[in-house]
Amino acid sequence: MAKEEVVLMKGNEAIAHAAIRYGVDGYFGYPITPQSEVLETLTEIQPWNTTGMVVLQAESEVAAINMVYGGAGTGKKVMTSSSSPGISLKQEGISYIAGAELPCLIVNVMRGGPGLGTIQPSQADYFQTVKGGGHGDYRLITLAPASVQEMADFVGLGFELAFKYRNPVMMLADGVVGQMMEKLVLPAQQERLTDEEVVARCPWASTGKTKDRKPNIITSLELQPNIMEQKNISFQEKYKIIEQAEVRYEELFCEDAELIIVAFGAMARISQKAIEMAREEGIKVGLIRPITLWPFPTQIISDYANKVKGFLSVELNAGQMVEDVRLAVNGRVKVEHFGRLGGIVPDPDEIVEALKEHFI
Amino acid sequence: MKEEIIIAGFGGQGVLSMGKILAYAGLMEDKEVTWMPSYGPEQRGGTANVTVIVSDERISSPIVSTFDIVVVLNQPSLEKFESKVKPGGLLIYEESTIINPPTRTDIKVHSIAAIDAANEMHNSKAFNMIVLGGLLKLKPMVSTEGVLKGLFKTLPERHHHLIPVNEQAITLGGQIIK
Amino acid sequence: MDIIDIIKPENLVYKKPDLLNDNDMHYCPGCSHGVVHKLVAEVIDEMGLTDKAVGISPVGCAVFIYNYIDIDWQEAAHGRAPALASAIKRLWPSRLVFTYQGDGDLACIGTAETIHALNRGENITIIFINNAIYGMTGGQMAPTTLMGMATATCPTGRQVELHGYPLKMTEIAAQLEGTAYVTRQSVHTVGAIRKAKRAIKKAFENSMNGAGSNLVEIVSTCSAGWKMTPVEANKWMVENMFPYYPLGDLKDKSKELNK
Repeated sequence: MAKEEVVLMKGNEAIAHAAIRYGVDGYFGYPITPQSEVLETLTEIQPWNTTGMVVLQAESEVAAINMVYGGAGTGKKVMTSSSSPGISLKQEGISYIAGAELPCLIVNVMRGGPGLGTIQPSQADYFQTVKGGGHGDYRLITLAPASVQEMADFVGLGFELAFKYRNPVMMLADGVVGQMMEKLVLPAQQERLTDEEVVARCPWASTGKTKDRKPNIITSLELQPNIMEQKNISFQEKYKIIEQAEVRYEELFCEDAELIIVAFGAMARISQKAIEMAREEGIKVGLIRPITLWPFPTQIISDYANKVKGFLSVELNAGQMVEDVRLAVNGRVKVEHFGRLGGIVPDPDEIVEALKEHFI
Repeated sequence: MKEEIIIAGFGGQGVLSMGKILAYAGLMEDKEVTWMPSYGPEQRGGTANVTVIVSDERISSPIVSTFDIVVVLNQPSLEKFESKVKPGGLLIYEESTIINPPTRTDIKVHSIAAIDAANEMHNSKAFNMIVLGGLLKLKPMVSTEGVLKGLFKTLPERHHHLIPVNEQAITLGGQIIK
Repeated sequence: MDIIDIIKPENLVYKKPDLLNDNDMHYCPGCSHGVVHKLVAEVIDEMGLTDKAVGISPVGCAVFIYNYIDIDWQEAAHGRAPALASAIKRLWPSRLVFTYQGDGDLACIGTAETIHALNRGENITIIFINNAIYGMTGGQMAPTTLMGMATATCPTGRQVELHGYPLKMTEIAAQLEGTAYVTRQSVHTVGAIRKAKRAIKKAFENSMNGAGSNLVEIVSTCSAGWKMTPVEANKWMVENMFPYYPLGDLKDKSKELNK
């Protein structure tokens, strides 16, 4: 039984190790750069011989997400991972999973698009993840890891939230956190739930109808508009509860800040360095790092909008999260965007320059 | 202590693994480390570089604009990264791969004939460990013991017999760096 | 004699399987789905697998199969049923996992999922209703629509130059190493129904025994889509469908082993 352990590894490898150690029942994936290490690491460790975890290389991303849909419908802890083009293919399945209210974890190690794009890091799938992606009025709980440690931790947190709300969870990472190596603490090995425990925890799951209950039907289909509307209303009520209870963010150097950078994932790390550099020049900058992109940390940004002169949204895209920052600020102070596109990752000094250009 | 380092050269020169061994040595000595590679579709040839940060404190960005230490193993990398050495910083280059040596005077410049030394050892794969030995002689941010512990941890058991050769290479690198 | 004297347990000669509930089926008169549903329910009942069965329903007319057979179900996206079934069987090896799919679902949009699940030898059963037309969406061309056959999207009849050839998925499945049992049946006569039931049972037994994957094609009628009466549809099926989709076992690994 593996104990808690300090190791050095890539973010993608950390996801694989964490999946095994958090007692995940099944991983279904398809190779794509820059996240192939997840499947490679799992098949190297062969957890089916130890914890009994199922690992399967599917015929496509479409099949992989539908394997997740099937597994999730039986109450098992199942997950998939991919990168942007593969995540586009999964959108149909994600919509079905959201519509059937099933728990699962999806990891997107983002690369630059559109189309086949590039294999270099990007954060251009923000809109796709937090504003829709698939069809219909649904939401994905979205966790944005900024370190290798969080790549591992959010596997655990992701499943906790997914089962708490019976909702798919997206870990929205990027090529930087996927490919970089850092020190991390891997959790001790947790036992996978037994079949009996799964049935007890998920009385709604389709695991075989016992005499004492009605058939369990996992479906997103309802042809009666009045019932379908009720179903949608109950989804929205659930989303409201999540918005109230599950906002997570990190605040750094904000106490005396006159400007605030809002950035997630790798860009929050690079922005932190930029803030250190800017403060050496006497520019008082703070950082708000949304950890959940949905629900978005609207309130804290709104609170700071009464105290600071402006916000800079730093993203690896043409300006996506900046819209949510603007909604939170609601016109009170200036909100600007800085981003690099197509797989280019900016140096910290470019961020300092952007701060000066817009605000000094 | 905080060292922001970039190692750059051709794919296949062991650039990424040299960075990885350095990062692992840092881990063995309870330091904070990050290792951020350039990654691309090519497995061999092409250019490769890796940013390694070794620090006593939590590391903010794994990507930095300028470096305390730049190690270049080919001419294109020198041209790309010479200007990125912080004033007073350190630049190490591999002698036989550089035609036009660095020109900056506000930094410390050292060279190492690691390819020749590796050939003399009849072990071309020891090349990157010779360079690492040279680097650690000038900047002992981790100990040789830490490096060997890191190797022990990262190398598969069937390659553990190579650890003494690597130790020789590190020692040799320390002796020949100019 | 009063009716009350007739309805007595000792006079019972036939009853529907317990798993088939009393919900009114939405299928058209003459449709094969009702009979195949009954066979699936009977076999699960007789094998005592109610508490082990997990069915995957398709997108197509049989999307609502879960309203009629009282077992646990999952409703898949169009064509993806074999992917769901693969995962469920691997996560729950003790369960009876099967899909129930039409020709559009299985042989068109879900071709990749079907072939790869069968080729991996997943211990599942795929029940394949082939009526050569898209019933639910109103009678459009299917991958299995016969040459010359008219549908809403090939109103002058299927032509090779425009649409290519009708796809024989079952013949393809028989060539895959992963399949244990591949058969083509129908339910247009009492004899055919009995054979089809035996086929479904063998496939389910294989699924439970870990013998490999199983495909049971049922050549079926769609009287509404074909714009025929139920009797005409059966006759048309025998005369036109059977020559192109001949009935019988295409592969049975258990027999090969006995040889």
